[in-house]
Amino acid sequence: MKHKISFILNNEKITHEVESNKTLLSVLREDFDFTGAKEGCGMGECGACTVLVNGQPINSCMMLAVDIEGKEVLTIEGLSRGDVLDDLQISFIENGALQCGYCTPGMIMSAKALLNENPTPTEEDVKHAISGNLCRCTGYQKIVKAIMVVADKNNNQ
Amino acid sequence: MKYVGKSIDRVDGVKKVTGDLKYVDDLKLSKMLYAAVKRSPHAHALIKNIDVSKALELEGVKAIKTGKDVPQRAGLYLEDKYFMAVDRARYIGEAVAVVAAITQEIAFEAVKLIEVEYEVIPAVTNALDALKADAPLIHPQLEEYYHASIFHPVPGTNISNHYKLRKGNIEKGFEEADFVYEYNFYVPHVQHVPIENHSAIAQMDRDGSLTVWASCQSPYAVRQALSVAFNIPLNKLRVLSPAVGGGFGSKAGTTLEGVIIPLAMELRGHPIKLTFSREDEFVNAFVRQGLHSKFKTGVNKNGKIIAIKNQYVWDGGAFNEYGVNISKAAGFAAVGPYDVEHIWADSYCVYTNHPVGGPYRGFGMSEIHYGIEQNMDIIADKLGIDPVEFRRINAQKEGGRTATDSYITNCGFLECIDNAADAIDFNKVETPSGKYKLRGKGFAGGMKAPSMPTNVASSAIVRLNEDGTVYLMSSAQDIGQGSDTVLIQMAAETLSINPDKFTIKTGDTDHTPYEWQTVASRITYCAGNAVVKACEDAKGQLLDLASIKLGFHKDDLMLEDGYVKAKFYPEKKVAIGDLALGLTMPDGSGVHGPIIGRGSFIPPNTMNFDLETGLGVNPVAFWTYGAQGVDIELDTDTGEIKVLRVSSSFDVGQVVNPILLEGQLEGAIVQSLGTALFEELMLKDGKPVNNSFVDYKIPTADDMPEMIIIPVENPEKTGPYGARGVAEPAMIPTAPAIANAIYSMTGVRIATMPLTPERVKKALKENKETGRTYFGVDSDYEFHIK
Repeated sequence: MKHKISFILNNEKITHEVESNKTLLSVLREDFDFTGAKEGCGMGECGACTVLVNGQPINSCMMLAVDIEGKEVLTIEGLSRGDVLDDLQISFIENGALQCGYCTPGMIMSAKALLNENPTPTEEDVKHAISGNLCRCTGYQKIVKAIMVVADKNNNQ
Repeated sequence: MKYVGKSIDRVDGVKKVTGDLKYVDDLKLSKMLYAAVKRSPHAHALIKNIDVSKALELEGVKAIKTGKDVPQRAGLYLEDKYFMAVDRARYIGEAVAVVAAITQEIAFEAVKLIEVEYEVIPAVTNALDALKADAPLIHPQLEEYYHASIFHPVPGTNISNHYKLRKGNIEKGFEEADFVYEYNFYVPHVQHVPIENHSAIAQMDRDGSLTVWASCQSPYAVRQALSVAFNIPLNKLRVLSPAVGGGFGSKAGTTLEGVIIPLAMELRGHPIKLTFSREDEFVNAFVRQGLHSKFKTGVNKNGKIIAIKNQYVWDGGAFNEYGVNISKAAGFAAVGPYDVEHIWADSYCVYTNHPVGGPYRGFGMSEIHYGIEQNMDIIADKLGIDPVEFRRINAQKEGGRTATDSYITNCGFLECIDNAADAIDFNKVETPSGKYKLRGKGFAGGMKAPSMPTNVASSAIVRLNEDGTVYLMSSAQDIGQGSDTVLIQMAAETLSINPDKFTIKTGDTDHTPYEWQTVASRITYCAGNAVVKACEDAKGQLLDLASIKLGFHKDDLMLEDGYVKAKFYPEKKVAIGDLALGLTMPDGSGVHGPIIGRGSFIPPNTMNFDLETGLGVNPVAFWTYGAQGVDIELDTDTGEIKVLRVSSSFDVGQVVNPILLEGQLEGAIVQSLGTALFEELMLKDGKPVNNSFVDYKIPTADDMPEMIIIPVENPEKTGPYGARGVAEPAMIPTAPAIANAIYSMTGVRIATMPLTPERVKKALKENKETGRTYFGVDSDYEFHIK
């Protein structure tokens, strides 16, 4: 059965019809072609599908699309403005915090949610915030560093 | 050097941090259909009948294919693999039929309606059982299978390869030894767990041309395998690998591509997509082979090892087309990075009714070193010699010999040992963080060579643009390791053009030049050599034209910052862009035309080993050596281990990009830490019991230790700018170093991986009650093979 929902997607007002059993992830990927969020497990265990809903990081594979009625969704595609990258995106590149890139969008969105909530986290806070985002390539050290570089910048402001 | 050795940003960075990079499962193609696979619920069964009639009636189903539609076997080294089971299913999860439908949901629904009639037959779910004389045969027709001449399948058995190494006189070695020790170890199956699950799309047009998009490490190897299996000429078969979300070996060779091609052959013009679920990924992509290892070591009281006899039995699973080469690689490196005069090694790859074993970062080296490096520690302890010193005494050194009796002319192992030990203050006692906690250190070395056929090739093309920018073309795949960036750095260095002027194109067999495979830590070395040669070729053309233009002999010209300049009159120069399409003469006539550089490379002088003795002068392109120290804390109450610090020193020849190198070594440490502490693909009677992220955990940011990386730069003579590969070797020592640290703190030796809290706690308890110190493999087989 289809439902009509209204929500904000990457700063744009959207009205859209969705099947009641569709996940937010499948709607983002299939209906809007926002493929930055990935399905790594489909069970909310790997974090590759992380997007922000009302500023909170969520596993979009575990959320039904109908539940975003009236909410604000931000995906990795909405994080940069045109070719102007977010500080976190720049820091990930400059600090070698990505390899294959598959976990990267979800990882950055989790980090973004943390910095929105707490602009000056400790390293432990950072590790905790990304502990639901699996990365098989980097060993995490450079990811933690990339996020801390942005946090330190916030700290000095 | 200007660009080699510098931490330039990775060239694929922006595409990856923005989510703009399209991986295979992200692709939407017109008229696309979706596939789903019917899989065997039995570890070993004969297929009596498959009834697809109900499934075909379901609205939206376009076609269904079974193994009978693809009876041709395929394989990289041994053609034993069926893309779908034909008359026999050999593991739980093996594909038996495949559906194409207009939606993924309908495809899944249709799979449920397929009825398969099986006759279950006895399964073999332990590699040691598979070797028994009365074991059921998993491939009764083994003797008919084509295989590369360097492999030894044993018809009438479950042995798909028997590699023998016979160096020196083993009996004499043991007679001369002051002490002889014997120990067994066991490493279970693990999975690669790339975050991107395998995905492929296949489309055949009405003219018979086939296009395959695959998340694969090796488009050319996939093209070759599919060409043979489906009898499609290479010029009608295009394989594209647009992006790979982590490989670690699991995306080498073919996995799922062959399953959907029969559908594509019927449904002309429709792209057919198949993407693995995570549950599929754990079982139906390659897994790392299990290994039973056994060592008998003869040593003198001064600490010199003089003889090692060992046996490796690899649980290769249902198909060993790729795994046979792992058993061979293990034979070459039979005793690890140590110089031993007398060696007798047998390495067997064995069929079982388990998921298909295949290449996993390290290609057998992590598994054998789990035993080798614990064996070293045990013997050092018995002799009362410091474990680091014991390794120094026995280390392969320049002037010594490898296990295959090759002369060692280039080896930085000793320096790596010293670096890794110093960085972690190996002999300094650290204070544990609380009551019931112990703190201790462990050490291990390791080595690896690219395990590839001796004659495999790489090529590269460089094309100059008239604005001075450059296209570099290769089929080396950036699977995250950073090869796009590193190859550009080497090209930039050779042409003296800034890396930001380069675009690299890879992964399209119709358009990018031949590369055997992105495996074996061979890309920096092999593809790097091809790239440097292509750039030297273009450079030669540039110098020829500039010589005419500037009036200097080409020996007196050089490339610098985008110009060809006279060496002694640098103000006399011509921009490279102005020569890119050829030289224009003052009278308006033209010379030469566009500059295209080509480079081809095969490792020089690499030759087959002797089939009887396993010995060879130069069987591999190079060895990469390294060592690691770990500093860990053990909670004796819970058995839990926290790895606090890891030092890692590898002889990489030449660092091409420091930050990318650190990324490889750090990633390898954490991946290996996972296998050491908690990763195991549990198989009960062949049935996977933990094939999801709920039950199979990989390391998270919370598990990350502090990591100290110390590269050694002892140039590889045949390497591009002296570089050699390191991405896999870096994974080898972590696991045994952790096991050695546990021993150093507790006196308890655990021979079975992983070192779970339950296993550690049980051993500590038993040690306390009975004084037992050596905990051999859980299923303590005495295995002996004729």
